[in-house]
Amino acid sequence: MHDVDLKQFKFQGQEHEAIPGLTALEKADQEQLLMAGVVSDETNRSASYLQMDHSAVHCRSHNEDVEIMDIKDALKKYDGLKDYFWTLVDKDKDDYTRSAAENLHGGYFIRVKAGAKVEQPIQSCLMLKAEQVGQNVHNIVIIEEGAEAHVITGCSVAHGTNAGAHLGISEFFVEKNASLTFTMVHNWGDHVAVRPRSAGIVKEGGKFLSNYVLLKPVQDLQMYPSIRMVGEDSVARFNSVIVAPEGSYLDMGNRVTMEAPNTRCEIIARTISTGGTIINRGHIGGHAMPAKGHLECQGLILGNGRIHAIPELDGSLEGVELSHEASVGKIAQEEIEYLMARGLDEDEATSTIVRGFLNTDIMGLPEVLTRAIDKQIEELQASGAM
Amino acid sequence: MLKIENLHVEIDGREVLKGIDLEINEGETFILFGPNGSGKTSLLMTLMGFSGYEVTKGSIFFNGKDITHAPTYERARLGIGMSFQRPPTIHGLRTRHLVQMCAREREVDVDEMARKVNFDHFLERDINAGFSGGEIKRSELLQLMAQNPRLVLFDEPESGVDLENMQLVGKVARSILDGDVQPRADLSMKEQKAQKRRTSGLIITHTGYILDYVNADRGQVLYNGHLCCEARPRDILEHIQEYGYQECVKCLN
Ligand SMILES: Nc1ncnc2c1ncn2[C@@H]1O[C@H](COP(=O)(O)OP(=O)(O)OP(=O)(O)O)[C@@H](O)[C@H]1O
Ligand SMILES: [Mg+2]
Repeated sequence: MHDVDLKQFKFQGQEHEAIPGLTALEKADQEQLLMAGVVSDETNRSASYLQMDHSAVHCRSHNEDVEIMDIKDALKKYDGLKDYFWTLVDKDKDDYTRSAAENLHGGYFIRVKAGAKVEQPIQSCLMLKAEQVGQNVHNIVIIEEGAEAHVITGCSVAHGTNAGAHLGISEFFVEKNASLTFTMVHNWGDHVAVRPRSAGIVKEGGKFLSNYVLLKPVQDLQMYPSIRMVGEDSVARFNSVIVAPEGSYLDMGNRVTMEAPNTRCEIIARTISTGGTIINRGHIGGHAMPAKGHLECQGLILGNGRIHAIPELDGSLEGVELSHEASVGKIAQEEIEYLMARGLDEDEATSTIVRGFLNTDIMGLPEVLTRAIDKQIEELQASGAM
Repeated sequence: MLKIENLHVEIDGREVLKGIDLEINEGETFILFGPNGSGKTSLLMTLMGFSGYEVTKGSIFFNGKDITHAPTYERARLGIGMSFQRPPTIHGLRTRHLVQMCAREREVDVDEMARKVNFDHFLERDINAGFSGGEIKRSELLQLMAQNPRLVLFDEPESGVDLENMQLVGKVARSILDGDVQPRADLSMKEQKAQKRRTSGLIITHTGYILDYVNADRGQVLYNGHLCCEARPRDILEHIQEYGYQECVKCLN
């Protein structure tokens, strides 16, 4: 694992004034947010949160069932959030967790009230604005019993910002019969180091659907969100679509443990390296039965690059059913020729197949986000990277 | 339309086609018989220009143009269309999108065409993902309809198809060969008739069921990489049913 030298980054003094709404941002920054799935027109969102460097500059809920605030305020309001704060992630895990524990800059606290079916997504954005800034955030998401919500988190550099470090702790609580769809889109820069440390817990009948999209360069990213399915009949599903251009180093994956009967989980990661390195991890543990888990790590190397798939299955009793499918390779010649037989030339065929590979239909994303993703794929293809 | 001269083809250094001569005229449908492993599919793959089928001798002409070494997409654009027996699944590529691409610049009504092959409910599915044998056939026909080729290469239209679907497949294959796939609203019946051009066909069959639907003019048997026994397709079929392929051995010698 690579280490990030935190001393290189400014972890002090990058505060910003609050803004009345996301439209108050510069146009170029709004565009950056859009690429990360965050819309500045908040009318189609239940709630919005924006962290810029060391300050929570905007936070507003449009839905009475959605509570959203700066984590610092939540800690005051809820007496330190004892049942949640640092209960899933170990404060002393590494330098990054310690940094976030010692010098907290903010982060979102989202609570969706019991029974509420929140239709419009809740959006949050964690932005690096100042050059060479180091950002420590801690996020808490609680979906109370029977509630449903979609949280979109866009992590982005501001327009023109090149270098920075983002350290983010996230703890997810999906309560009984609750459902959380969590979509994260990263739009970093090629000198940004990123260290999310995330964990979640899913209770009885709960559903945790996680989507992750990374199509932009990032210097060094390491994350391995870990989800415990502790309640019967719970479901977890992870879908990732990842592209690593030259210069990107990504060490990422998901870890899910099924600790209650009748649990199901699926992890599907589709990765493309066009010159970067991707370590694609996946771990499913089956420790109660019946439990069913499937893991897929599909990797394409286009041009240069490295993809190291590490799928792991750990079943500890009779009755668990775990499977995995992993591949690292190139586009199948058979598929290219099939399309060529329909009149597509080799480039058209290749780009059609790559687009299909990166398809995000299964994620059920809002249309603007799908369009933003399509646009990024188009730009990648136009640049000749794939 | 299609002219093959003394075609020799190797796969991995092993010769599978050993001097094929064949001519198919405009609007003509040619039926190819032959035992398993005799090289029928290899012939179609070679005509389409797939990698792995190495032409070591001979030539292929399409409408007078030497396409022996032309890339696959060029052959497709010249008007050769092929129905695949086991096409690959392409993740994230919707059937609708592929059909649209088959038509290239031409305007087509994908939904209307899909209804003709009873495939309108599959348009949003990823191409070939979990398609059954009969569904693959219908999907391939749909793509051919959109492609509107001058020559259709059809590998065993009846394989994996139930009786009901056989009717559908047979009728649609017929209409593709008859050239009336895309009725054009802007033309009168008379103009359409005048414009109608028949499509040529090269069809591989074991059972001959397809003969109930298409007007097949000529046929031949491919045996161990050689073509032989030219006759009317029905007669060849009857002969094979009665005597097997034994007679071909004699005929070749
Ligand atoms: N990709 C391949 N690699 C190696 N050998 C091949 C390949 N494709 C075909 N062959 C061989 O070439 C010969 C001809 O095969 P082909 O598929 O053309 O036969 P066919 O006449 O279509 O048979 P069938 O009636 O069973 O479909 C066979 O011996 C087959 O094993
Ligand atoms: Mg065959």
